[in-house]
Amino acid sequence: MDLATIVQILDSTLRLATPLLFACLAGLFSERAGIFDIGLEGKLLISAFFSAAYAHYTGSAWAGLGVGVLAAVVFSAIHGIASITFRGNQLISGVALNFLAAGVTVVVAQSWFSQGGRTPPLAGDARFQRLDLPFAEALRDVPVLGPVYSQILSGHSILVYLGLLTVPATWWLLYRSRFGLRLRAVGENPAAVDTAGVSVVRLRFMAVIICGVLCGIGGAYLATSLSAGFVKDMSAGRGFIALAALIFAKWRPWHALGAVLLFGMLEAIANRFPSLNLGIVTLPGQFMSALPYILTVVILAGFVGRATPPRAGGEPYAKER
Amino acid sequence: MSTRRLPHWADVTLVPLISLLIAFAISALVILAIGEDPWEATRLMVQGALGSTYGWGYTLYYTTNFLLTGLAVSIAFQARLFNIGGEGQALLGGLGVALVLLFVPWPNWWTAILAAIAASAVFGAAWAAIPGYLQAKRGSHIVITTIMFNFIAFSLLNYILSHVLRPQGSMDPATARFSNDIRLPRIADILEPLGIEFSRSGPANVMLFVALLACLLAWVMLWRTRLGFSIRAFGQSEPAAHYAGISSVRIVMLTMLISGALAGMMAVNSVMGGPQRLVMNAVEGAGFIGIAVALMGRSHPFGIIPAALLFGFLYQGGSELAIETSIPREMIIIIQALVILFTGALDNMVRAPLTAAFVAMRGRR
Repeated sequence: MDLATIVQILDSTLRLATPLLFACLAGLFSERAGIFDIGLEGKLLISAFFSAAYAHYTGSAWAGLGVGVLAAVVFSAIHGIASITFRGNQLISGVALNFLAAGVTVVVAQSWFSQGGRTPPLAGDARFQRLDLPFAEALRDVPVLGPVYSQILSGHSILVYLGLLTVPATWWLLYRSRFGLRLRAVGENPAAVDTAGVSVVRLRFMAVIICGVLCGIGGAYLATSLSAGFVKDMSAGRGFIALAALIFAKWRPWHALGAVLLFGMLEAIANRFPSLNLGIVTLPGQFMSALPYILTVVILAGFVGRATPPRAGGEPYAKER
Repeated sequence: MSTRRLPHWADVTLVPLISLLIAFAISALVILAIGEDPWEATRLMVQGALGSTYGWGYTLYYTTNFLLTGLAVSIAFQARLFNIGGEGQALLGGLGVALVLLFVPWPNWWTAILAAIAASAVFGAAWAAIPGYLQAKRGSHIVITTIMFNFIAFSLLNYILSHVLRPQGSMDPATARFSNDIRLPRIADILEPLGIEFSRSGPANVMLFVALLACLLAWVMLWRTRLGFSIRAFGQSEPAAHYAGISSVRIVMLTMLISGALAGMMAVNSVMGGPQRLVMNAVEGAGFIGIAVALMGRSHPFGIIPAALLFGFLYQGGSELAIETSIPREMIIIIQALVILFTGALDNMVRAPLTAAFVAMRGRR
């Protein structure tokens, strides 16, 4: 493997990790507040469709982003109403929302565009354009720094950088703000938060809405930046890989970045080499695509460190009466 | 206390029916929103799925799939385990069916179906055993592991079909066709000697009766055996079951093995009874529809029979709808999602006002 190939793989790693990053941080907010969310996949998908559709209608990727985020927040709100207000089963609600997204996107896409469940291809300002970082051109020929800065870090859409900035922002919000302290507490011991006079319902709803916003950005990135338009089932299990990354990261923001970069790299390698020849064995592409899931099961099994979810996760909170 | 609760009959019939009505009403709104007529759509679906023996042949074929996957989810639900892995377990079950039918020359259909049932059950159970073991022994959340195992199963089958079992010269990832001597008798073959005419094109076959028998056996197991009692006790209260000397490891393992075996057996219908070869989309989401069926049927082996029939109808009706109108097949995924949402997650939304109504009615008397 030569340097150019490595640079190319790292470049697409960053691209492919971005939707995972948004979905993973989205799940982090929700699950840290005690609301399991296996509906990340559905929120990515619904936002991908609506952002592509409105980017097509308005010719603006930003307008698409707005509508995509709105659609994902509506899904989040349904999840919140089911699991917080009506204290329903959070897992079942997530499953239902995943199917709802899979169905609604195709039915509406067919009705609006009649192109077999896809949107027309997006071009120009309907997509997020690549952004060249300052001095990228000047530093191109500097050894080591040049390829890393000019070719790997520079030249992505603005959402990639937004994603990278969301990581420290999430860390700060969770560990350095009053809101974050309460959010983490509500996922561990909601009764204690309630006793302190803070509304469990309000906090959990806020977490779920933040989750929707982040998933919405991730979905919009999929359709208006990574690809040029929506195609049926385009989230392709990324919501579940993000869930896997979240477990891998043990519900911590910086580790989440590491996990999604790892999973993004696996995808980048699988795209570049359909079957990977390691000398002794040849790994088929199917193995590479299953690897994130296999790694997650190994982590979950506790063979490599232990992944302990927030203690009150999945439990609806009922005030004592 | 009992006056504060819903009567049992209302709990098992009224709550799912009202939830279903809400789900249908919203689906009708979706159809209206995309500029089609919901009444006309309903008429086309009923006509397409139930209006002819041709339609019934497909409706009952899908029903068979959903009976087995619904039963698989239901039995896990009884032990309060959420097995989302039916899809993967059924894929592996399909692999078992294909292996045993491709490499052993069975003399006739009934020896072949017995072997296929056994193989699919073993493969499905084995695929459910790993998440079961990890839940029982290491506390890994079964929902997450079974989701992961669905994806792993998909990749595994994709590899096996495109690299190992694909016949030479063939381009699509699928096995060779099974021998015609072991073709399963279809409903028409069974009804013909009785002088009843039935369309020969519908793929519904003897597996329908196997699936119904499985429901009966599951009921006997759950309500008439010690194991069934242990499973239900474990599902109601894990500490109480533990105090009564029921081993949680044993119950989780056995429940997941039974659940996986049932999900795997679904492949006998969709592989051996359907296209007679193993293709990539042999399961077609039936593992997930099992969740909707189990929720609607209140996880009861008899309750899921009407629920599976309903989804069989929706599946076949949805296909006809996609042919006759511009409403795509994915419309049934919306209906399925809404059924899961309202009968599963938003259950309390329907139950609370209904309970209040019953309490008020009793108070007046």
